[in-house]
Amino acid sequence: MKRLPNWCWPAIVLAAVLIFNLVLTPGFFHLEIRDGRIYGSLIDILNRAAPVGLLSLGMTLVIATGGVDLSVGAIMAIAGAVAAGLIARPSETPFAGGAPSLGLAAPLALVAALFCGVFNGVLVAILEFQPIVATLLLMVAGRGAAQLLANGQIVTFNAPGFAMLARGATLGLPNPVWLLLIALLVFNLGTRATALGLFVEATGSNPTAAKVVGIDARKVKLVAYALSGLCAGLAGLVITADIQAADANNSGLYLELDAILAVAVGGTALSGGRFSLVGSLVGALLMQALTTTILTRGVTPETTLMLKAAVVVLVCLLQEPKFRESFKRRVRA
Amino acid sequence: MASLLEVRGMGKRFLGVAALENVDFDLVKGEVHTLMGENGAGKSTLIKCLTGVYQPESGTTQLSGHEIHPRSPDEAVRLGISTVYQEVNLVPNLSVMENLLLGREPRGPFGIQWRKLQKRAEAAMMRLGVEIDVRVRLGNLSIAHQQMVAIARALDVSAQVLVLDEPTSSLDADEVAALFAIIRKLKSEGIGIIFVSHFLEQVFEISDRVTVLRNGQKVGTWSISELTRLELVSQMIGRDATELDRAATLEVVENSGDPILQAKGISKRGSVSDISLELRAGETLGLAGLLGSGRTEVTRLLYGIDSIDSGSLQIDGSQPSRYRPMTAIQKGIGYLSEDRKGEGIFPELSVRENIVILEQVKCGWLRRMSPSRQKELADDFIVRLKIQPPDSERAIQFLSGGNQQKALLARWLAVEPRLLLLDEPTRGIDVGAKFEIMSLVESMRQSGSSFVFISSELAEVVRSCTKVIVMRDRHSIGTLEGDAITESNIVQEIAGS
Amino acid sequence: MNRTHLKERLPVLITTSVFVVMTLAAGLHFPNFLTLRVLGNLLADNAFLGVVAVGLTFVILTGGIDLSVGSMVGLSSIMAAKLVSSAHIHPLLALAAPLAFGAFIGWVHGILISKYGLPPFLVTLAGLFFCRGVALRISHESLQIDHPFFNALTGWSLSLPGKASITVPTVVFILTIAVGMWLAKQTTFGRTVYAIGGNAASARLMGLPVSRTLVLTYMLSGLCSGLGGALFTIYTSSGNAISGTGLELDAIAAVVIGGTLLSGGYGSVFGTLLGIGILGVVQTAITFQGTLSSWWTRIVIGSLLLAFMLVQKGIESAANRSRST
Repeated sequence: MKRLPNWCWPAIVLAAVLIFNLVLTPGFFHLEIRDGRIYGSLIDILNRAAPVGLLSLGMTLVIATGGVDLSVGAIMAIAGAVAAGLIARPSETPFAGGAPSLGLAAPLALVAALFCGVFNGVLVAILEFQPIVATLLLMVAGRGAAQLLANGQIVTFNAPGFAMLARGATLGLPNPVWLLLIALLVFNLGTRATALGLFVEATGSNPTAAKVVGIDARKVKLVAYALSGLCAGLAGLVITADIQAADANNSGLYLELDAILAVAVGGTALSGGRFSLVGSLVGALLMQALTTTILTRGVTPETTLMLKAAVVVLVCLLQEPKFRESFKRRVRA
Repeated sequence: MASLLEVRGMGKRFLGVAALENVDFDLVKGEVHTLMGENGAGKSTLIKCLTGVYQPESGTTQLSGHEIHPRSPDEAVRLGISTVYQEVNLVPNLSVMENLLLGREPRGPFGIQWRKLQKRAEAAMMRLGVEIDVRVRLGNLSIAHQQMVAIARALDVSAQVLVLDEPTSSLDADEVAALFAIIRKLKSEGIGIIFVSHFLEQVFEISDRVTVLRNGQKVGTWSISELTRLELVSQMIGRDATELDRAATLEVVENSGDPILQAKGISKRGSVSDISLELRAGETLGLAGLLGSGRTEVTRLLYGIDSIDSGSLQIDGSQPSRYRPMTAIQKGIGYLSEDRKGEGIFPELSVRENIVILEQVKCGWLRRMSPSRQKELADDFIVRLKIQPPDSERAIQFLSGGNQQKALLARWLAVEPRLLLLDEPTRGIDVGAKFEIMSLVESMRQSGSSFVFISSELAEVVRSCTKVIVMRDRHSIGTLEGDAITESNIVQEIAGS
Repeated sequence: MNRTHLKERLPVLITTSVFVVMTLAAGLHFPNFLTLRVLGNLLADNAFLGVVAVGLTFVILTGGIDLSVGSMVGLSSIMAAKLVSSAHIHPLLALAAPLAFGAFIGWVHGILISKYGLPPFLVTLAGLFFCRGVALRISHESLQIDHPFFNALTGWSLSLPGKASITVPTVVFILTIAVGMWLAKQTTFGRTVYAIGGNAASARLMGLPVSRTLVLTYMLSGLCSGLGGALFTIYTSSGNAISGTGLELDAIAAVVIGGTLLSGGYGSVFGTLLGIGILGVVQTAITFQGTLSSWWTRIVIGSLLLAFMLVQKGIESAANRSRST
């Protein structure tokens, strides 16, 4: 018997959501090509799912090691503040005075994000703080740091070249979609063409046994958190390029839950172990498809927030053997 | 005298395997009745059935003539059966008096009445003849004192039956003496005590009667005065010591060169002390002794999971600076833990991944083994070790215990270690798998590998070891070599006669 | 043996000395700092945070965490404001409604955590988003409250010498601290909370009502954050759905700086009061300084929290080392 991959369930639900729209939302599947670029709701879903998709890649590795990263939203804000600062050079910020450095903006923002990830990694892997508390530190203090970098302002800029990162298109598809696909490819190669993926899964599956076979769990965790930071940086760049502004207060706000949800829905157990990057991506797409559906049906975005919270709890409950047992018992009775 | 507690025909199965079969047991007022048996003999299952942790599938339990069916430890306590475990089940961050009376504390209009609480706690400790300040936090007491607090708590709910599950495992001689004084006092008050211990001297010192279990069945109950140590050990291991003098005939491999591993007087506080051993190529060194004698602890030190406090550990004649599992692996030393679930398998990962992981760790994370190489390696071992079902992609958690064990063995064989530490490799697996594993070990030894071997089954030790170190109470008490390796010699060493 | 004693006492000792040193330093640096008025304001400004932190102290004592407290404050404030301004319900009832809702959310948290074994951070993180969603659903805009009784509540103050005064939030805060200390020290519930934090499995074997106590603890935390939101509404005379964003870190920081171990079992409500004091002094000092921006508070609090977590780690490993030898 050939086993189905564990991301087949979210994929089926995603298909169901799309079919729902096919029937009930006129023009949902309409695609048209204008100026060498494809437009339509489907492309829109792909495009909008890119930031959460990027976050979920790094989050997948962190969760697979048995941890969690709550700070990704704040890291996005930091990366955005650094990039916008380097481009706009606003006064009264640490970036004031210099010439706009477009070429440095993205790399330095990513370096800052990577640094944040390493900081999380050191707290969790070396100092052995609980992942929740360690990453909560940056979740909130990180926004303070982002505000400091932007001196509390919303830093706007006008840099068409940089904006292309989010608004441009290549070969018909929006650039964020390409970015996401490339990141997925790189992550898949990085984890599956090396032994990193196996070591991550072993660490999350049974930390004691991992120690016995000589896996350095600290190194594995450090890498996972660092990569999660890097992904958050990329996602932050996409959002900053899209709105051509860095808003330290709102950039990436609440996205950590979306990323965790995408990972959980994608078939990676929150207790760690087996992970699926493709699954997380399907999860992210499913979430965006849901959001888009809700919005096109005229429901307010706050409802999405509540709905997502409910879905997270439900998905986790379904993963919990205790719940499934009591549920089965109730069904049988 | 009428029985205080009477068990008839108790049985309990786990996943179809009998853990306890048709066991009778009784306890009279004011006696210490000891339960003995090796790993998997059924002691803990019997106790858990008595104390409501498990529900037995067959048999009856009567307490003072009334039939009882405790459904939870709580209910058992209310019925009058209290248990004190080796791991003290109290909370370290609260005071002694709270640990004694939490949940039953005297309350007034303004909440807990601390003075009353303290008086009652002091009285409870006085009953045991123990003088400690009941206001200090439990975590600040020695394990022995914590255990006494646990006993006092158990007694405070007017227990008739007190179960002491390996209470002496982490106590020193003076502390054991103090504990026994308490047990004698309770005996005189008419409380029936079920005592579980692996320490022969203690059993002979404190017990009135002994019941021996083996493989889930009762071997017999004896009054302690009609048993010798040798007889008791023979009953536990299941061999008549006088009949078994056949020496195992093992082909001795020409001793080649310097020792691979040399331990001189290694100790770890609270674990084992002063262990010396030496291993050369082509040797299988047995560690014999009862459960709790320190066998496992020694292998953990040799593999670098735990670190030694004193003594020296040399590999190929040099002392590694920081000895960790990774160092051991690099030096060609392997370790198969007795705790298959906790320290062995990665449950969600496939059999293939569980087998290749060590080889992969040795390669490093950048040089990933190709999928075809992984599959080849896994399939090779699946065939060689007859792992069932022969599906390398199945998650290992769905395999039977014996097949999991074979896969874990394959994990080590894949890296071709020079020395493999095997801690109870044959426990809990079927006879066929046992035989296969042990023949493989022997053929590898003949081609120059060496092993440290632990088993509760003496016959296995005798059959496969070229040298045996006998352990008792966390010390090595003797070494047997060549023709001297017989079951009766080992049993006599263990019994100390 | 003395090391384990150290584990109990040292955090509170450090907290107390940090509080004293910081207050004195601020007093030396800013001449008007050490006045009754400034200290009174410090209490009034942080009353809502303090009330939230008291509830959270119990959760952390069990070894759990509640990330939903900040958004519960926002929900509570907008709910009260909406009930008064749109539904014209008496303010007293309108302020009580979010308390009940907070307890209900806490009950849901507790059930999911104790009955189904879901990780507390995940459950309460979902709670964070849920409450914020509900709050934004009620109103995006900030709602002013104008009601005679409410204005009386907001305006009431007890004058003390030195232009100092005591306001309603201050009184409620002090009462909450007192009740919290009583609960923790004098009741079976409180002692069970400590027992669960010490060793939940043992507590269960001792026959203590672990599940029920956990549910009650999360309910208490929900109730306290609801109350905190009500105080925030009184403090600002308005309701805002996004108030309390990031408050969870401040509250956790206050609890941890107050000497409660994140691993549970050790700590006190009094320590949390000291923790609130330290946060208040930092905030007030930054305001006094004038040139530093408000987000510095956040960064300083984050750094303080990190420092105290490191100290806790050090104490823990020292205690472990002394036990194993």
